[in-house]
Amino acid sequence: MTTNVSALKPQPSAKEVFGKIVRNQLFIPLVALFLLITFNLVTDPGFFKVSLEPNSAGNLVLSGNLITMIDYASELVILAIGMTLVTSASGGQDISVGATIAIAGSTVLRIVKTQSPDISGAKFAGIIIVSFLLCVVVSALFGAFNGALVAFFKIQPMVATLILFTAGRSIAAWINNNDNISINDKRFSYFGNFIPGVAVPTPVFITVLCLIVIAIVLKVTNLRLYSQAVGINASSSRLNGINPKVIKLLTFIILGICVAVCGFIKVSRTSSITYSVIANNIEMDAILAVALGGNNLGGGKFNLTASVLGAYVIQFLTTTLYKFKEIDSSSISAYKAVVVIILIIISAPIVRRKVDDMKNRREAARAEAEALKAEAEALKAAAAEAESIEAASAEAGKETI
Amino acid sequence: MLTDGAILEMRGICKFFPGVRALENVDFTLREGEIHALMGENGAGKSTLIKVLTGVYPKDGGDVWLADTPVHIKSPQDAQNKGIATVYQEITLCPNLTVAENMYIGRTKSPFTNWGSINRRAEKLLDELGIPVSATEQLGNCSIAIQQMVAIARAVDMDCKVLILDEPTSSLDEQEVQKLFNLMRDLKAKGVGIIFVTHFLEQVYEVCDRITVLRDGKLVGEYIIEDLPRVQLVSKMLGKDFDDMAEIKSGSESENIDYNGTPVYQAINLTGTTGIKPFDFEIHKGEVNGFTGLLGSGRSESVRAIFGADRVTGGQVYIDGMPVKIRKPLDAMKHGISYLPEDRKLDGIVGDLSVRDNIILALQVMKGFFKPFSKAQAEKFADEYIELLNIKTASQDTPIKSLSGGNQQKVILARWLLANPQYLILDEPTRGIDVGTKVEIQKLVLKLAAEGKSVTFISSEIDEMIRTCSRLVVMRDGKVVGELKGDDLNQNKIMATIAGGES
Amino acid sequence: MKKFVKLLVSSALVAAMAFGVCACNGGSTPTTAAPAPTDAPATEAPATEAPKTDELIKVGIINNDPNESGYRTANDRDMKATFTAENGYEASFFYSLKNEEQIAAAQKFIQDEVDYLLISAAGTSGWDGVLEQAQKAGIKVILFDRTIDADESLYEASIVSDMAKEGQQAVEWLASQGLSEYKIIHIQGVMGSSAQIGRSGALDDKVKAESNWSIVKQQTAEWSEETAQQIVQAVIDSGEKFNVIYAENDNMAKGAAAALDKANISHGVGKDVIIIGFDCNTWALEELLAGNWNYDGQCNPFQASYIDDIIKNGVKTKVVIMEEKGFDAKTITADDVKNYGI
Repeated sequence: MTTNVSALKPQPSAKEVFGKIVRNQLFIPLVALFLLITFNLVTDPGFFKVSLEPNSAGNLVLSGNLITMIDYASELVILAIGMTLVTSASGGQDISVGATIAIAGSTVLRIVKTQSPDISGAKFAGIIIVSFLLCVVVSALFGAFNGALVAFFKIQPMVATLILFTAGRSIAAWINNNDNISINDKRFSYFGNFIPGVAVPTPVFITVLCLIVIAIVLKVTNLRLYSQAVGINASSSRLNGINPKVIKLLTFIILGICVAVCGFIKVSRTSSITYSVIANNIEMDAILAVALGGNNLGGGKFNLTASVLGAYVIQFLTTTLYKFKEIDSSSISAYKAVVVIILIIISAPIVRRKVDDMKNRREAARAEAEALKAEAEALKAAAAEAESIEAASAEAGKETI
Repeated sequence: MLTDGAILEMRGICKFFPGVRALENVDFTLREGEIHALMGENGAGKSTLIKVLTGVYPKDGGDVWLADTPVHIKSPQDAQNKGIATVYQEITLCPNLTVAENMYIGRTKSPFTNWGSINRRAEKLLDELGIPVSATEQLGNCSIAIQQMVAIARAVDMDCKVLILDEPTSSLDEQEVQKLFNLMRDLKAKGVGIIFVTHFLEQVYEVCDRITVLRDGKLVGEYIIEDLPRVQLVSKMLGKDFDDMAEIKSGSESENIDYNGTPVYQAINLTGTTGIKPFDFEIHKGEVNGFTGLLGSGRSESVRAIFGADRVTGGQVYIDGMPVKIRKPLDAMKHGISYLPEDRKLDGIVGDLSVRDNIILALQVMKGFFKPFSKAQAEKFADEYIELLNIKTASQDTPIKSLSGGNQQKVILARWLLANPQYLILDEPTRGIDVGTKVEIQKLVLKLAAEGKSVTFISSEIDEMIRTCSRLVVMRDGKVVGELKGDDLNQNKIMATIAGGES
Repeated sequence: MKKFVKLLVSSALVAAMAFGVCACNGGSTPTTAAPAPTDAPATEAPATEAPKTDELIKVGIINNDPNESGYRTANDRDMKATFTAENGYEASFFYSLKNEEQIAAAQKFIQDEVDYLLISAAGTSGWDGVLEQAQKAGIKVILFDRTIDADESLYEASIVSDMAKEGQQAVEWLASQGLSEYKIIHIQGVMGSSAQIGRSGALDDKVKAESNWSIVKQQTAEWSEETAQQIVQAVIDSGEKFNVIYAENDNMAKGAAAALDKANISHGVGKDVIIIGFDCNTWALEELLAGNWNYDGQCNPFQASYIDDIIKNGVKTKVVIMEEKGFDAKTITADDVKNYGI
């Protein structure tokens, strides 16, 4: 399998470069995005219109389909980060994120609801920081709970997180004594909407911040190498000095922190919470984002950028479907499912391998043809040589005679 | 154009992978009632040929005949239906099913299965083949050898014409190998054609009738066993005159070792949880020693205890005379110990990661979670060791799992060399890899020792141990039963010590 | 591959569980806006050990999980506040969102020889057998909040909200606003839930009947404020005009209002867009009071007083439809908020 590698690798042709692009993990989500955009542009030429208009608070803010899509994708993108890491290290997915978002959001509201809307800016900022930190701690603890079940008790992630999936929303309700809360302080809604004087939705900033943070973390730590190694071969990783349990736990805690951020944004968007439906089914979307990114759900290698793109694709799809009047309410999930299935199938590693295989066979055929040609030429050359030898010997013979 | 008595003919088989011609115009003929060795270095194309034959890979060129009929094998299932059965090195049966269930699963057409009668049929067949196992035993409880034989029994019951044994002996001990050979001879007498893929030359000469040699994806030739002496076989496989392995050891290096100095590593009463008795062990600077014993004697468990790979429950360890605690692999690594594990696939490689990541892994972990190497640095390390160990890989970014076994082993070696250990433990570094690489590894071990490193070397092939080690610790049933050095280091003495009786 | 199959199976399981949860909202006149302790474990032993146990009326109450929705929480608080030893009851509670568990609990209550069995069924079918057992044992059955597919003779009475009527009241109110044109964003609850069917039906009928009523967008937000917000946002982004938001519960109305705020579209009394919600959450009624919303249809969770009345004074009609109220922002008072908010 290692024969003459260099001999077979000529200058990359345009076709090869194209092939490389096609096999890139980012290709499928990018194409999906492109198709969705094209589809939207065809049905609504003004799709990309972004305008700067005042909102009800009198701020100039950006609005338009694109902004909406990017805005609402925030939670999913943030979750996809954590879910990708968990998938990589543990080879499974956390299905409790929706329920833990409810817990995180409920925790925030528990603190914020006690404050009157009249408190000073500084005090309000203090309250927000306290509530956010508390919600991070709580979510990280629940993440650690999941992680401990997976890492130390070797329970399959989906089963381990089933516990919180089932109980999480009740816990969220219990935190606030099942009250139906609505926060009156306008400032609280800044985090899910707009900060006065800033034209871009706050969740977008938070998302960018999260992406920067995770990029830095991946840069300055070995998280990527470790979680991939653990996900591919835990036993081997252990013999190389990595503690697979700690890494698995760590990824779940990171996901917990992502959940905290999502929960915070979610409750800020409407300044309220409905325990039973907040972030409903978001776990499935987050897992889909990871799968759409072409990541192996069985763990190991991962591509975070692809997951993030996958998350945008899903939100794009959702927003697109909301735009269509013709689509009946009850069938919207079915439409989404069909598109998602198609995307998942084409981004499945096995399909990509098949495509590779086909390409190989084509290459093989070409190589064979070349070999045949070379053989023919060699034969021709040999014949010519034989002729010349014959001639030479004849000549020599002549001479000796 | 068919050969007389041929039950399988492959002509002009080609197979291409991106950038690599794995098989080029390979011919292979298997006759009725013969055991045919398929030989070649790792990467020569043996496994690819087998996978083409069993329908795992589609072939890119060539023809296959079974008996007199040209066939197209679409999938492993298809191969099975056509009478081609394969038993792989790694058992592909289900450990949580019984022996009989494993033999018949997936083969009963009716949804209603009479397990009683199936158990009786299985029992009868196992009896006939002399496989010492009950049909109702759970497969996971059987030894690897039995599991392999069950896989063969399954193939036999499917009435296979062609039986492929891919490295079946690499995890068997001598007795088990003999049992397997008897079974193979029985099948041969029944007219089954057997393709035998192995790295053990002795075994080839013991049981095979014919040898086909591949090299670099091309056919070197087909030989009747009597016509091809060992040395020639090796030279055909390597494609060059064989540099006799006996010359590896330059001779007097053991005299340079200061056995009275402070040992590099010393353990007193080291106790683990994996069923070995507490043992004492030491190794000096520049020394190569080894653990030997039958499979299951505790030789691997001992070195794992040294490295902290399994839980250590007691004993005192000294590094350069200083007492230290080694509770987990990282402790050992930080004290300059490296460990190349016995099971390359399970404990060694991180399959999907690139060659580069696999090489830097151990050093990176030692450096710390918060201090990743820059990409340039990692590439430099990888380049250095790919060249040093002559690792054949398309690039640094190639996933290690797509390398041949020998090259995978070299990558793991590179990983531990990069960690720059004082004491290197190599557990079966030469298992399942080609002759050329085996020699390279043995030479490397001696070179390291000459540079002042200490090495513990374990191999199932006693020859290799004698050639490389200056001292051998012999184990039996989890206990150290002897230590041999100097003139005692010979085959007979070692065998006697392993077998016991005098100590 | 194996792992993928596992994933599929588990997701199917998970999905099945998720669909088990379905919100119900519907209601009418409260008589007792009674707060009560709620920390309720799944089952509860007889609530009190009053000295004259023999004279207390034993009731077994089978309800849905109080965490299901704010409506259910209020409903459970009301039940607990009414069926106390002081009022002459010895009550046992059982909560589940699963029909089979509820039926099993009913059988247990029959064995315990309760006098009355009060049931808010999770599912409509499968109750015949256990209700016959109850009848034979001389136990009277009263259904509340949810109806079931069983012969009327098997139960004493059924106390329900008429969701369709709630919807009709809201639609009539909307019609009375006399707009020249109604362009409506209709945000639905979980499709197929009785609240959704009732509240959607009224609006659908009206839109069909009137030429100046049209639906700009009809979409389910599954009771979720965030989804409602996204739906309204999608309409705003598409540039279509609308002047009414008809949301089938308060939370979705809140989500819709948030989207309007973002786009600087004014809403409420005398503003560009009329907002209609349901359920009468306290905070929602406060929005009405502040003039930010226009109308809120009540969903009465307080059936306990009706049941109490039936037990103590006898059955008057088989099916009792609770009184439904609707609040207009122009007329609502602070007292209304206090009395009717849940």
